Amino acid sequence: MSQVFHRSMNTLARASLAIGLLGAGGGVGLVMAVSRSPYATRQGVAREQPVPFSHQHHVGGMGIDCRYCHTAVETSAVAGIPPTKTCMNCHSQIWADSPALEPVRASFRTGNSLQWVRVYDLPEFVYFDHSAHVNKGVGCSTCHGRVDLMPLLSQETSLLMEWCLECHRAPERFLRPKGEVYNAAYQPPANQLELGKQLVKLYDAKPRTSCSTCHR
Amino acid sequence: MSQESFVDLSMVRRRLAGSGGRRYWKSLEELAATPGFQNFLEREFPEQASEWSDPSGRREFLRIMGASLALAGLTACTRQPEEKIVPYVKSPEQVVPGRPLFFATSVLDQGFAKGVLVESHLGRPTKIEGNPEHPASLGATDAFGQATILGLYDPDRSKTITNRGEIRTWGAFLTALQPALAAQKALGGAGFRILTETVTSPTLAAQLDALLAQYPAAKWHQYQPVSADNARAGAELAFGEALAAQYRLAEADVILSLEADFLGSGPANVRLIREFSGRRRIEGEHARLNRLYVVEGSPSITGAAADHRLPLRSSEIEGVARAVAAGLGLPVEGADRAHAAWVGPLVKDLRKHGGRSLVLAGESQPAEVHALAHAMNGELGNLGKTVVFTAPVEARPLNQLASLRDLVADMAGGEVALLLVLGGNPVYNAPADLALAAALDQVPLRIHLGLYQDETAERCHWHLAEAHGLESWSDARAFDGSVSIVQPLIAPLYGGKSAHEVLAAFLGFGDRAGYQVVREHWKGLFGADDFEGRWQRAVHDGVVAGSALPEKPVTLASGDWVRPARQARNPGLEIAFRADPTIGDGRFANNGWLQELPKPLTKLTWENAALLSPRLAARLGIAVSSTASGATTDLVELRYAGNALKVPAWIVPGHPEDSVTLHLGYGRRKAGRVGSGLGVNAYALRRSDGLWFGAGLEIRKTGERAILACTQDHWTIEHETQTTKRHLVRSADLAEFERNPHFAREMSEEPPADLSMYPAHTYRGHAWGMTIDLSACVGCNACVVACQSENNIPVVGKDQVARGREMQWIRIDRYYQGGLDNPETHHQPVLCMHCENAPCEVVCPVAATVHSDEGLNDMVYNRCVGTRYCSNNCPYKVRRFNFFLYQDWDTPSLKLMRNPDVTVRSRGVMEKCTYCVQRINQARIDAKNQDRPLRDGEIETACQSVCPARAIVFGDVNDPKSRVTGQKSSPRNYGLLADLNTRPRTSYLASVRNPNPDMPREAGPGAARASLELGSGPDV
Repeated sequence: MSQVFHRSMNTLARASLAIGLLGAGGGVGLVMAVSRSPYATRQGVAREQPVPFSHQHHVGGMGIDCRYCHTAVETSAVAGIPPTKTCMNCHSQIWADSPALEPVRASFRTGNSLQWVRVYDLPEFVYFDHSAHVNKGVGCSTCHGRVDLMPLLSQETSLLMEWCLECHRAPERFLRPKGEVYNAAYQPPANQLELGKQLVKLYDAKPRTSCSTCHR
Repeated sequence: MSQESFVDLSMVRRRLAGSGGRRYWKSLEELAATPGFQNFLEREFPEQASEWSDPSGRREFLRIMGASLALAGLTACTRQPEEKIVPYVKSPEQVVPGRPLFFATSVLDQGFAKGVLVESHLGRPTKIEGNPEHPASLGATDAFGQATILGLYDPDRSKTITNRGEIRTWGAFLTALQPALAAQKALGGAGFRILTETVTSPTLAAQLDALLAQYPAAKWHQYQPVSADNARAGAELAFGEALAAQYRLAEADVILSLEADFLGSGPANVRLIREFSGRRRIEGEHARLNRLYVVEGSPSITGAAADHRLPLRSSEIEGVARAVAAGLGLPVEGADRAHAAWVGPLVKDLRKHGGRSLVLAGESQPAEVHALAHAMNGELGNLGKTVVFTAPVEARPLNQLASLRDLVADMAGGEVALLLVLGGNPVYNAPADLALAAALDQVPLRIHLGLYQDETAERCHWHLAEAHGLESWSDARAFDGSVSIVQPLIAPLYGGKSAHEVLAAFLGFGDRAGYQVVREHWKGLFGADDFEGRWQRAVHDGVVAGSALPEKPVTLASGDWVRPARQARNPGLEIAFRADPTIGDGRFANNGWLQELPKPLTKLTWENAALLSPRLAARLGIAVSSTASGATTDLVELRYAGNALKVPAWIVPGHPEDSVTLHLGYGRRKAGRVGSGLGVNAYALRRSDGLWFGAGLEIRKTGERAILACTQDHWTIEHETQTTKRHLVRSADLAEFERNPHFAREMSEEPPADLSMYPAHTYRGHAWGMTIDLSACVGCNACVVACQSENNIPVVGKDQVARGREMQWIRIDRYYQGGLDNPETHHQPVLCMHCENAPCEVVCPVAATVHSDEGLNDMVYNRCVGTRYCSNNCPYKVRRFNFFLYQDWDTPSLKLMRNPDVTVRSRGVMEKCTYCVQRINQARIDAKNQDRPLRDGEIETACQSVCPARAIVFGDVNDPKSRVTGQKSSPRNYGLLADLNTRPRTSYLASVRNPNPDMPREAGPGAARASLELGSGPDV
């Protein structure tokens, strides 16, 4: 009885095996790549807000301290989004008739809150604490980037867990003196590692990597 | 699983009699070793097998699994939905987003205040803690207090004002009220009646007085199904005036309870547990324990804590009380000499501790027994020492039953034209023989204020949605008269009105807010001088300083208590009514946490049953069996005073023989989606001539079967293997303890620390640990609900509980020791042990449960894929799996309730106790932010902070000076299943009881201990 399959089928079978494996691997790789891509993480995507609030103008231009608006950052898990009243402290006087600020005035008039789009959105099973970081010398810009250069805020970093662990496993690479925490334009010095090691000791910064540090 | 195997009671007795030494057991099924029990013992979850063999079950299972797989695949592919941040317009003072605030207020228990601190996240109350400065709380709460938060957010609460079922406005109500009030004004209020529950609120009382001044012929009636009528009447008998007794358990060495469940219920129970357990604690090797004797007609947690317990029918307790009184030399008649062997040593013990003993009588006993108790305290020199008296705490003390009877007579006689029911649900909970509902229908205008559209609302023309206690201003007195200001934590969710606002409307101020009413009243009392300061202080503290009622000196009148109340002894069966231990008199029927809370002794959930003794069950041929879909039992018919009720029977070891207990509170028709249609309505049998017990009960098997959701066999740990005895509960008498303080440690061998394949963990910082003192724990259940509230634990429903899928992270295992008729009872709270060598960690294929650097056994929900290997490998059976989407993700009000610091778990995820890691993290971060070390005691887990007994201690075992380290060095300290080398971080302090050495062995716990009667008694 003659062979049902031609000899070339052997090659074809081997090739399809290899292609199948490569394809499966590629598929997994694709999923990994997509989940790490800005499409999934929204890294670097500027978000439209009800009022086109510019950190570039307020922080970079006017030099307003982060804590003027984000008042809870040193004491609480959340930094806090300012109440409309904080905007109106100035904008009842300056740009009081600007059409761009009408939503702010409307909010103050009616008592209905402004609804901002959350830019840094951690999953619900992650519990991040701002106070624990700023009090140990983690600067705002380490995670939030140069907000003083951002007309519309975008997410600077991926917020993936591997990104968190980069610092939790080696804080000396990122810590800065406490006095520089709110300095958006801070540039790490050339001897960052050396300085960082000193700061880790000085601030008793012992970031933990146990799961329950953030997941509970 | 179609073949049931029933418990053979006579075989159980023979087995118990044959077992030497102390043997602890959880249920009759365990003793009989039925296949159903073995299923629970050996399988992690016993239900899947039946799912596969039953065609419809299998189809359902595949359908759900298919859907789950599809959804599980899909959910991972979505991007996070866009979220909004909604800041304040003007930020309120003190509010820091992310940091909770705590406000002092009080929750009412039967009208009396129990002080609490309510945790509020951005205006949402989420958790209740005790108020350390409040005399009725001392920092703890009971289970009811914890569950108040779910009551607030209950989506079934009444949301509108209705007139004959149609929605109306407050304005429309006021308009409709005017002509009726005008008509009454002309009559001086002759046809106007107000019905309230017990009122202790000074403001409400003043409003009612003002109303009665305007309508002089109107009448104010009070009724609630559990009142203090007997206690009040007893004080009148003994002292000639109505007085309230305040007990000082801390001062009492010997306590005799005549059916007084002072640990389980009552306005002071939280404080009394603290005082009682304070005297059960042993520091080191020395002890000054108190001793508790209990005579009771229905098993209670007070009876379970007793050193000597005498189960008797409620009607027989008066005879024993008289025998004790006679023994003490009081001139009484009707002493029952049948229990001389028990009474004799008791009398001697009481006499030996004159001035340091205490006799208490329970509300279920007639006034004469209360008077006898006072007389005995007088004879023993306890008055003014272990018991003091004050004026009544209620605003207007009266006999509530008589009050209700008068009201019903007036209504039936057509004398009532306008009835205002201020809270309460009398149509449901009035005694059946009063026929209140029919009389109510005679009233031309009936107005009801209530939290629910309940049975009473249904029969009233107007129903006003009531504001919850956490939504309204009010005030109330605690057990000792201390005034507590009740402040709202949130604006009324559904625009409800408080009783103050409704009464203000009747007084002609329809738009007056509760805040105004309460504040104005206190302005009058505090005076204009520094009013604001005193008011702020009172609101802030939750209690008005120095407002406790002063002690009154008392003198005993030799009165009518000499003669017995009930002469006739009845030979037949007796029925006993008691408030349900988890849903009270029915007011908590729609509270899922309390419904699913296993009742402290029976471990039943979601319904009531006819509780009866093993001997009576054997006589009736009651067959119980444990199956994979619940406990099955016989449905019996109870006939009592012309009424009949079909109830599932449930065998309770230690129940008096010729008596049946029925718990009130179930059989609600209109409780809400959770509570309607569960259990049977005991009020249908309850009669005004015997509110608590009555003779002449007939009982018969109907031949039908019923399924109950009982958790007593769930999560059972095997006591004995072929090679070793585990000694899960360790207990000794005081004498044994003094002979050998290290008895608990010697009961098992702990393997050496380095006996492990894995490298040891090292802890340079903290290492958390916990101890639970079994001597102090009274099994009150508060920790279970506190944990549920703190950790967003879902309610699963009766069907799921019956299958062994309840989700509570902490369970209280109840063990009996001794014979069926009067066993000793032990409670053992079991939660995650956070083992050093955790068996769960090594089997998780995705590393979803791992060891933390502070010794916690972390559970990572977002990694968990639901293999359940971990719970299969957990010897303590403390892991809980979300078989379905148990959590309610849709109801808006329930979203407000959740603790924002704890993940809300979804389907397919394993969960378990975390040692309240959210509290640990917060405290650690706070300490680090302030550059200081964590203080011992700074972190309190939810179960620890709520515990009235202070049985739970949590802290850093790396700190040699911490309290928990001290506890762990106690000779009583032992680890559960430590022989498995799991090295649990949660350890127990063995319980020590203090029985009277003079008590004959066969007449008390000795009987239980030695199992004497079991061998000799006839085979039931």
